[in-house]
Amino acid sequence: MNVPDDLLYTESHEWVRRDGDKIRVGITDHAQAELTDVVFVELPKVSASYEARSTIAVVESVKAASDIYAPAKGTVVEANQALEANPALINTDPYGEGWIYVLQIEDGDALKDLKDAAAYKASLG
Amino acid sequence: MSDAGQKTTPLYDEHVKLGAKIIPFGGWLMPVQYTSIREEHLAVRNAVGVFDISHMGELVVSGPSAREWLDTMLTNNVEKLEVGAGQYTFLLNDEAGIIDDLIVYRIEREKFLLVVNASRIEEDFTWLQSHLADNLQLDNASEQFAGLAIQGPRVGELFRNLFGAEKQMPPRNQIALFDLGGAKIWVARTGYTGEDGIEVFFSPNDAAKIWSEILEKGRSLGIRPCGLGARDTLRLEMCYPLNGSDLSPQHNPLEAGLGFFVDLTKPQFTGREKLREQKEEGVPCRLVAFRMQGKSPPPRPRYHLFRNGADAGEVTSGTLSPSLNYGIGMAYLTSPPPKPGEEIEIEIRGQKFPATIEKKPLYKKS
Repeated sequence: MNVPDDLLYTESHEWVRRDGDKIRVGITDHAQAELTDVVFVELPKVSASYEARSTIAVVESVKAASDIYAPAKGTVVEANQALEANPALINTDPYGEGWIYVLQIEDGDALKDLKDAAAYKASLG
Repeated sequence: MSDAGQKTTPLYDEHVKLGAKIIPFGGWLMPVQYTSIREEHLAVRNAVGVFDISHMGELVVSGPSAREWLDTMLTNNVEKLEVGAGQYTFLLNDEAGIIDDLIVYRIEREKFLLVVNASRIEEDFTWLQSHLADNLQLDNASEQFAGLAIQGPRVGELFRNLFGAEKQMPPRNQIALFDLGGAKIWVARTGYTGEDGIEVFFSPNDAAKIWSEILEKGRSLGIRPCGLGARDTLRLEMCYPLNGSDLSPQHNPLEAGLGFFVDLTKPQFTGREKLREQKEEGVPCRLVAFRMQGKSPPPRPRYHLFRNGADAGEVTSGTLSPSLNYGIGMAYLTSPPPKPGEEIEIEIRGQKFPATIEKKPLYKKS
């Protein structure tokens, strides 16, 4: 399973790439492999605000809909429109073209509970 | 959900070896997919796939009056079955509600094999036992059979690879006993996918060997092991009902649009009076197929459906169709009588998405 060293990870299998007060978020290689065949992504609306751990997006496979949670409180500044035409980007390139949204966070400390790559890898067993 | 107390089929270890994702289903731990529902689905539409159906139940009825008695228990006409023939039929309660949908095969003049849904084995057996006529034997033989469904346009080639070029698959809906490397194997020309295919039943002791043999002999044909996920998307494209989702004791076969498998000219069978009444007065609701229009998340069971803005009930089955690439589903609708082309809406996470009622089946082979 691919777990890049330069990212942070949530318990619920989202990855987070921090750039100042903005974070880019997607789902991990492990998560996409579990879901398989992503067929629809419900993106958050740009400029909408979310509480930490609230549902911010939905990723649907053939079999089921899975909620994606906001890792921290913030406001959406970008959503990956490419996923509307090609949701399978989440399967083919989960850490790259399969990113889901960018969130402007209010408090950088909110990310301190996220796992680093080693801890996330360990949690996958 | 806890896996404790869930049953496993004789092929469980094979599924795990192949890396299948396992889920509980009707009291059984079953593979939902090996690699991808979409890939497995398309393998069945374009080549051939094999499904473990060992969880399904097998009941055997034998005795001089077995045919007569089964004709009072089941909706279809058992008398029409020659030895070696099978038919799709329903087991109803006294109000004509559906206990189970099943296939009954006449395997001998006075011996019948009923292949029933995994989650209904006990219920079917208890119901039949409590209505059993004199001098009849009813056995729950489910533990004595493992089963596989082999489905797809290349099934004929696979059959010849397995049994030899001189052997013929039984005709549609027929069953016959074959020998596969010394193992006795019942082969029925039936399925739940809309493709040509067979369902085979054999001793659990032979299961691992037969499974490997089929994968081996099917390799050059592009065979894929397929899980319950693909089984569900394949059957829903054909609008074949799933008991527990589209069929239940709250509905009867006429409401489900399956009156073809009910013979009201038979003098008597459980549920007949109620069905005759409905046939005369009109069915109060119908199981219809629909498809999503435009960009939309896939419909799912229990999503609400709206007609002219009013809540008209729940989706019973729904998914993204891998063959058609849009959302499809089924639901019971009351009045006015639903017609193909009618515009409806499906509510998904608080938002309504347009859909239309469609003719069945939703998928037609081009």
